[in-house]
Amino acid sequence: MAEIDRLRREIVIASARAGEGHIPSALSILDILWIEYSVIMANQRARHEEIDRFVLSKGHGSLALYVVLSEIGVIDKSELSSFGQFDSRLGGHPDRLKIPGVEASTGSLGHGMPIAAGIALAKQIQGSEGRVVVLIGDGEANEGTIWETALIAAHRQLTNLVCVVDYNHSTDRALLVGSIADKFAAFDWNVLEIDGHNRYEIEESLSRKATTRPLAIIANTIKGKGVKAMENNPAWHHAAPKGDEVENLLGDN
Amino acid sequence: MRRQFARSAHEVLNLNKEAIVLLGDIGVFGFREAMQDHPNRVLNIGILEQSTISLAAGLSIEGMIPIVHTIAPFMVERALEQIKIDFGYQRLRGNLVSVGGSLDYAALGCTHHCPGDVSALLSIPNVEIAIPGTAAEFEQLFMSEFDNTNVTYYRLSEIENSRSQSVKLGQANLVKSGSQATVVCVGPTLDMTLKAVENFDVSVIYLTSIRPFDYALVRQASRHGRVLVVEPFYEGTLSFEVTTALSGRPSVISSVGIPRSFRSEYGTREEHYAAIDFSSNRIVAELEKLLVGS
Repeated sequence: MAEIDRLRREIVIASARAGEGHIPSALSILDILWIEYSVIMANQRARHEEIDRFVLSKGHGSLALYVVLSEIGVIDKSELSSFGQFDSRLGGHPDRLKIPGVEASTGSLGHGMPIAAGIALAKQIQGSEGRVVVLIGDGEANEGTIWETALIAAHRQLTNLVCVVDYNHSTDRALLVGSIADKFAAFDWNVLEIDGHNRYEIEESLSRKATTRPLAIIANTIKGKGVKAMENNPAWHHAAPKGDEVENLLGDN
Repeated sequence: MRRQFARSAHEVLNLNKEAIVLLGDIGVFGFREAMQDHPNRVLNIGILEQSTISLAAGLSIEGMIPIVHTIAPFMVERALEQIKIDFGYQRLRGNLVSVGGSLDYAALGCTHHCPGDVSALLSIPNVEIAIPGTAAEFEQLFMSEFDNTNVTYYRLSEIENSRSQSVKLGQANLVKSGSQATVVCVGPTLDMTLKAVENFDVSVIYLTSIRPFDYALVRQASRHGRVLVVEPFYEGTLSFEVTTALSGRPSVISSVGIPRSFRSEYGTREEHYAAIDFSSNRIVAELEKLLVGS
């Protein structure tokens, strides 16, 4: 996809300029965010349906969110160059009070998912339409609040809640999470497992109609996807390229 | 006070369809009538305090008014970061109502003691803290503030003062005027303080609102710069507030509070208070020290 190539380039350039950012974490989720915003939400808008509320629980992937929001016109493209600056709206983690469409200020792992469940619970109580889509990481799934929320969401039958797990195996070196699909199934969620870089599988899974249970989409992803030197290379987790490295990194694909 | 909380919360649920109560699997029996009337808005959410606070923040994002109720150490100390980021930093409104502050659950032991909740919450900007001294004061504070734009912590106590004051968030009460020193006392310590100061020419300022703190009244009543704080939580918790109130003025400040050490005994709150000498006699002794040379 031409857009993905452009967005990937924008992520790397914004990070290089700022000397900051979690590039591989952003590249891991870029395809999912792009399909969610450019296809799923666009279709909902066209059909006059309630538009998904999206919570980026793994807030350190913020660069992916920013470039997607800039591509659909929520923020200006020119603003991307301000990423990480003192007075920028675009920080290392997203802030709901600064950027329209950011539903929760995240950064500390394990907060976005229960907040998303709270939004979903409010919608259920108030009888309002629409879903809440929350994206967590497998590292984030180390946090107890993810599984606390998995319990609550199943018990409260939050059928309007979708949890996408960016399973890029980033924390295998610390703690093996094993089959996240089996775990969500054991918590009584509906579970789909997809290739998190295959646009058709992403679109199909995010288009599923609600059933009687919340939905977990386990997206198998590659951390650093699309920039070969970064793929599954922990050295790049929180490292920004120097200006002269950018073209080499982007050209080597 | 806890019964009053259940009554007030029930009233709020009747009045405001955005209000919702989340119970941490405690106080459920007290809420049975509210639960019958509002089964969708009185939820026994389970024993998962961190997620409960974040969930409440999500409810608040959607315009609801969450009222979370559980035991102080689990709500405040276990879920402190959730209160900090999800309510404080994100500037969401909500109500956190605890029981078991300080040594109210003495017999359950140190895991259930919580003299540190107020100092922990004072470390988070934007969190309002109310400590009523009677059930009627809780009602006054809660009914006027439950839907304000901030997160507000209400600390319910097992002991109550014999008389209620007219209280308001952000305002302290001058309950006695004197010239030699000022005793600033908090919530359920008013009776014990008034008993101690009978024979002293001192002012007594009564706080039910810890934040917002009534700096002006404390400053105005303390021209002499001698202040004794009687605080039913860790001693010294309010020193920043009091020194700020007296800034630029030579002052001597002392505190009667709960000592900063783990307490491994059980028994009753009264036994603990006797062991640490949290008493009227101690207030008298500290006042005498404060007034030496005045």
